[in-house]
Amino acid sequence: MGGDAAFVWPAYGVAALMLIAFALLSWRRLRAAERALERVTESDPAMSDDA
Amino acid sequence: MATGFNIHRFANPGRFLRLAGALLPWLTGGAVILFAVGLYLALVGSPPDYQQGDTVRIMYIHVPSAWMAMMGYGLLGAAGASALIWRHPLADVASEAIAPVGAGFTFVALVTGSLWGKPTWGTYWVWDARLTSFLVLFFLYVGHIALTHAFDERQRGRRSAAIIAVVGLINLPIIKYSVDWWNTLHQSESILRMDGPSIDPSMLWPLFTMIVAFTLYFFAVVMTRMKAMLLEARHRAAAFAR
Repeated sequence: MGGDAAFVWPAYGVAALMLIAFALLSWRRLRAAERALERVTESDPAMSDDA
Repeated sequence: MATGFNIHRFANPGRFLRLAGALLPWLTGGAVILFAVGLYLALVGSPPDYQQGDTVRIMYIHVPSAWMAMMGYGLLGAAGASALIWRHPLADVASEAIAPVGAGFTFVALVTGSLWGKPTWGTYWVWDARLTSFLVLFFLYVGHIALTHAFDERQRGRRSAAIIAVVGLINLPIIKYSVDWWNTLHQSESILRMDGPSIDPSMLWPLFTMIVAFTLYFFAVVMTRMKAMLLEARHRAAAFAR
């Protein structure tokens, strides 16, 4: 890529960082919410959707 | 009349959770596959431009990011209007899920555009109509996020943010037609043209692949965030009821 690499790779780097960060943070938030809800429904089955 | 597709059916949180559960694996899998194919085509399989050289490869992430930023704001405005008019229970959740993702894509579009501008125009930034209206879009997103969390009474913040989302919709046609209405350094429309795209197919296909990958990614992340928020609300309600 020659001299263009100094512009191309930072552009892809910024995009990759944003895409990976949002995907990871969203997935971790979902997992945390699922676990928290599981703890409540396990201790009180009446809270479950199936109850 | 009970026939036909009715979008309001999905405003039910329980129904949305079931829909998200079914769609998320497909959206995620599709995005991963298309990102792999799109990145290969963008970085290896497509030729350098005869004028721009390899900096044309920035287009394959800049254009999809800009489209996601604008599509995201369109959805944010629609969700804001739904919240204000119909008070859909999911509209506020959708707004809170979309705004940071849209702001992220706007930021990426601004940075990648700037990195493309330096070798092509000789400057990272110029206050022309397209770039300035896009910067305004970023501030609208940031304003929406700030307003949502600005009040102790959550509903007041959401309502104020919904108003800014709807008012800010006026910026979308300004961004789209800025290159036609004003004399800008940014080039005019080259994909969505009445006479067809002006880009060579060897570059159009990688771009199209990346646009679909970004779109699937956008909906996968927004749905994941909405699902998490709905489960957090259920958890709060369950904890409160004990």
